[in-house]
Amino acid sequence: MREIKASQITKAVMELVRRANFILRNDVRFALGSAYRLEKNKRAKTILKAILDNAVYAKQNSLAICQDTGMPVVFTEVGQDVKISGDLKAAINKGIKDGYRKYSLRSSIVGDPLLRGIPKFSPCIIHTDIVRGNRIKLIVLPKGFGCENKSRLMMFKPTATIKEVKKFIIEAVKSAGADACPPYVVGVGIGGSADYASILGKKALLEKLSTKHYTPYAKLESDLLKEINNLNIGPMGLGGKVTALAVKIQKYPTHIAGLPVSVNISCHALRSAQIIL
Amino acid sequence: MRNLNSLKAGQQIIFSGTIYTARDQAHKRMAEAIKAKKRLPFELEGAIIYYCGPTKTPKGGIIGSCGPTTSARMDEFTPALLAQGLSAMIGKGARSKKVKDAIKKYQGVYFVTYAGCGALLSKYIKHAETIAYRDLGPEAIVKLEVKDFPLIVAIDTHGRSIYDAH
Repeated sequence: MREIKASQITKAVMELVRRANFILRNDVRFALGSAYRLEKNKRAKTILKAILDNAVYAKQNSLAICQDTGMPVVFTEVGQDVKISGDLKAAINKGIKDGYRKYSLRSSIVGDPLLRGIPKFSPCIIHTDIVRGNRIKLIVLPKGFGCENKSRLMMFKPTATIKEVKKFIIEAVKSAGADACPPYVVGVGIGGSADYASILGKKALLEKLSTKHYTPYAKLESDLLKEINNLNIGPMGLGGKVTALAVKIQKYPTHIAGLPVSVNISCHALRSAQIIL
Repeated sequence: MRNLNSLKAGQQIIFSGTIYTARDQAHKRMAEAIKAKKRLPFELEGAIIYYCGPTKTPKGGIIGSCGPTTSARMDEFTPALLAQGLSAMIGKGARSKKVKDAIKKYQGVYFVTYAGCGALLSKYIKHAETIAYRDLGPEAIVKLEVKDFPLIVAIDTHGRSIYDAH
């Protein structure tokens, strides 16, 4: 058994909070850069330039890329040969809380969904997987709620066609329209159960945008991207060639009676950082 | 803000002056105050509201990251504020038909600014002071002095919207 202390986890999460919020992911920056070069519309180009400048300014000045520093979602993969001394969940939440305080981020979490209350830095959402090995992987995804609010879940009939599934995904992007900070990254979860499809849709946002699948899903992703970019929503919803930077699909086996499809949209400020302990 | 009537949807301008941050809960409270005929935390007549909840101000800084939040969530409260004299709003995204009609009726303007660019926008804030609803944390009302703040006219006093154009 390899021992990892809770304090090590807290320290790692704090650093991920800093990296995720201050430094835009390389793959996202590259995709925005190509969008900028591709765009002909003058206003769309100006907006994309501001988005790229914002990333530079945020990094240089240790400022949050976006003031909505999100509801932090933490994905953990814990090796089954790891012994954690201390409380894993408490250690992660402490890392979030201390990191958000240290780096002057925003307290966006209310303690009760109905009664609301004074916004705090935590708790975050934690998804834990037990995997082989003796290491721990931690990923912090600060998810803004302008885009999280545009999430969709549909429990299709098992006889539904791919065309119907595509239509649903495109409608989700259409209904997000200008509101959720396009150009988007569209995370899609297909299969599993209602809860699992939703997690897959969010996990899809962690994939490197340039990664290509070599399955029938690759074509589905590129077809969807093409159709979404024909919507002419564009940066800030004011028209343009690029409405989405990427469509990412994750799938899982499902039940004979159903076909769950979840869409989790991310704004252009798609932030995440990971570490392996 | 002067010469609101001369602004046209789609126009890009820069603005220098005073704006007040207010988002979801602040709107709810102001709407309740108007209903109860209570005093509002700032004079709405001629005021500009910015839908924004900034990050905490770093040590030695003026403000944290401070971009716009989704305006549509404020739609249900906006007509009442316009009726009280609110002159302009800054946010991101489209507005409801009711808001568009109220903007035209009360001769207001709705602006959008660079969405998801909160770090960059902080450059244009020269002074920030929390003036009300402190208990709301990032949703408190902050009085901002801005210089050359970039804006795009999204709905003008004639009710023309940039989102109808394409």
